[in-house]
Amino acid sequence: MELIIFYILVAGILISSVLTVTSRRILRAAVYLLFMLLGSAGLFFMLNFYFLAAVQLTVYAGGIIVLIIFSVMLTSQVNEKLEAAGIKKSLFSLIAVAAGTVVCISAILNYNFPAVSSAENDSSMRTIGLQLLSYKENGYALPFEVISILLLASMVGAIIIAKRDVSK
Amino acid sequence: MIEGIQLEFFLILGTLVFFIGIYGFLTRKNLITMLMSAELILNAVNINFVAFNKYLYPENLEGQFFALFIIAIAATEVAVAVSIIISLYRRIKSIDVEKVNEMKY
Repeated sequence: MELIIFYILVAGILISSVLTVTSRRILRAAVYLLFMLLGSAGLFFMLNFYFLAAVQLTVYAGGIIVLIIFSVMLTSQVNEKLEAAGIKKSLFSLIAVAAGTVVCISAILNYNFPAVSSAENDSSMRTIGLQLLSYKENGYALPFEVISILLLASMVGAIIIAKRDVSK
Repeated sequence: MIEGIQLEFFLILGTLVFFIGIYGFLTRKNLITMLMSAELILNAVNINFVAFNKYLYPENLEGQFFALFIIAIAATEVAVAVSIIISLYRRIKSIDVEKVNEMKY
């Protein structure tokens, strides 16, 4: 049962990511991207990373997709079709991508990974919160604070960049 | 971890999604669709981190923290990129990358 759900999720991820990059209607591409993100949130749920899956759902599916759809609606006609990429361009990109895929997959299959550990992990909210704010060994207090400053800076930057030019 | 699924399966899934994103990045001309391809790439990396964390080092949570930070950085990146796209659209009425050759003053 678990395996069937897993394969359905993987197939959904692959199909909707292919459709994201090939769909000629931009709004549909955004919705396919949403399905891809939902699928990977499902994968995180199956691997018992509940907090990460919830963050993926709220930040990606709730925030980023809405932002992208808003920008689509502000900048282009929803019904208009994108022009397809030229045959030469898509052929060369396909060759480059296929070469990269083959190299990466053969590297993965030939590498001897250390034995799979079967220890249970403790990914409860309490552990995550304590480790995220601890400044001792294995603590992530500094990156956490740096991320918060980055969020503030990007918020201010986004407002200033998108603001209408008053001087004209 | 899921019974009957190897670590390599996750890594191959991540590779495929990553290169699908690269393909979109190379072939698309519209700035917003290129942004979506970048999201695909970031998400492929997240899948890899989580699989490594779960299969090889389940006693630590490092992969999960890296995935969290990647999600946060993706959010800031999209916010700034969308504001740049909107101000570009106001200026030249188009978001095609090939028409954006007059970005300088």
